[in-house]
Amino acid sequence: MTNQPHRDSAGATLGMWLFLFTEMFLFGGLFLLYAVYVGRYQHEFTAAGKHMHLGFATLNTVVLLTSSLLVAMAVTAVQRDSRGTAFWLLGGTILCAAIFLCNKYLEWSSEIARGIYPNSPQLAAGPPGESVFYGLYYLTLGLHGLHVLIGGTLLAVVALRVRRGIIHSGNPVWMENSALYWHLVDLVWIFIFPLYYLIL
Amino acid sequence: MTSGTSGPHIIGYGALTKVWLALLLMSGLTVTVSRLDLGSQVHVWGPLAIALAKAGLVIAFFMHMRYEGRLLRWLLLIPLVLLAIFIGFTFFDVSYR
Repeated sequence: MTNQPHRDSAGATLGMWLFLFTEMFLFGGLFLLYAVYVGRYQHEFTAAGKHMHLGFATLNTVVLLTSSLLVAMAVTAVQRDSRGTAFWLLGGTILCAAIFLCNKYLEWSSEIARGIYPNSPQLAAGPPGESVFYGLYYLTLGLHGLHVLIGGTLLAVVALRVRRGIIHSGNPVWMENSALYWHLVDLVWIFIFPLYYLIL
Repeated sequence: MTSGTSGPHIIGYGALTKVWLALLLMSGLTVTVSRLDLGSQVHVWGPLAIALAKAGLVIAFFMHMRYEGRLLRWLLLIPLVLLAIFIGFTFFDVSYR
């Protein structure tokens, strides 16, 4: 066996992007459902949209954009072989992911406290458009939140590998691909934010 | 842009920070636009157009797409065009039903 493992960084990037394309279709499908139902239940969507927590959402927008910046800087740091910097930048990214999820917890707690959750008696008694809106809201934002959790875990693994010196400028694939995944999480939020919190 | 045979393109911290500032400004703008009473067309399409511009910045700079080879840049068009067709044609359908 050779001491030099085979590496194909262009192939690794292409493979990651192909996976991200499938993720775009996953969330694109949910946005498509939104598009259909906002046409059918315009009145109920607008009424429900007025109750969305714009404050939490705006704060989370800033948090996610900042986390995207930090992880992009971590890629640069790894390419420049500044391992310590990369480690702390990744720590900052994970902290942002945690803040995002805490905010989401508070936001959902407040919704659930006013009787708004899938199949709640209040929604079951209300107009169908309202349950459709909140069903899509919990599904889309829940799936996005799951991606935040997965991305944060992935970046924690990457941070440890950077610290141990497994990931460096000669072997940056884990760092680059995890960063791409994290940016996709940010991209999805960039569209969730206007659709659920601004345009209704 | 030339596709790299001389190693990966490294984007400096300063350039990334400028992109982040632009993204924050656009987020502030989108909230402002949606709170002002500018008519229903601007209310819906303003924030969506800003979201598209923000997504473009994230893909081009944070995700390094601007510095990738021709193959990857063209491939990106496939999901974007397909999504535009899916969502656009569905809107055609439900708007004129």
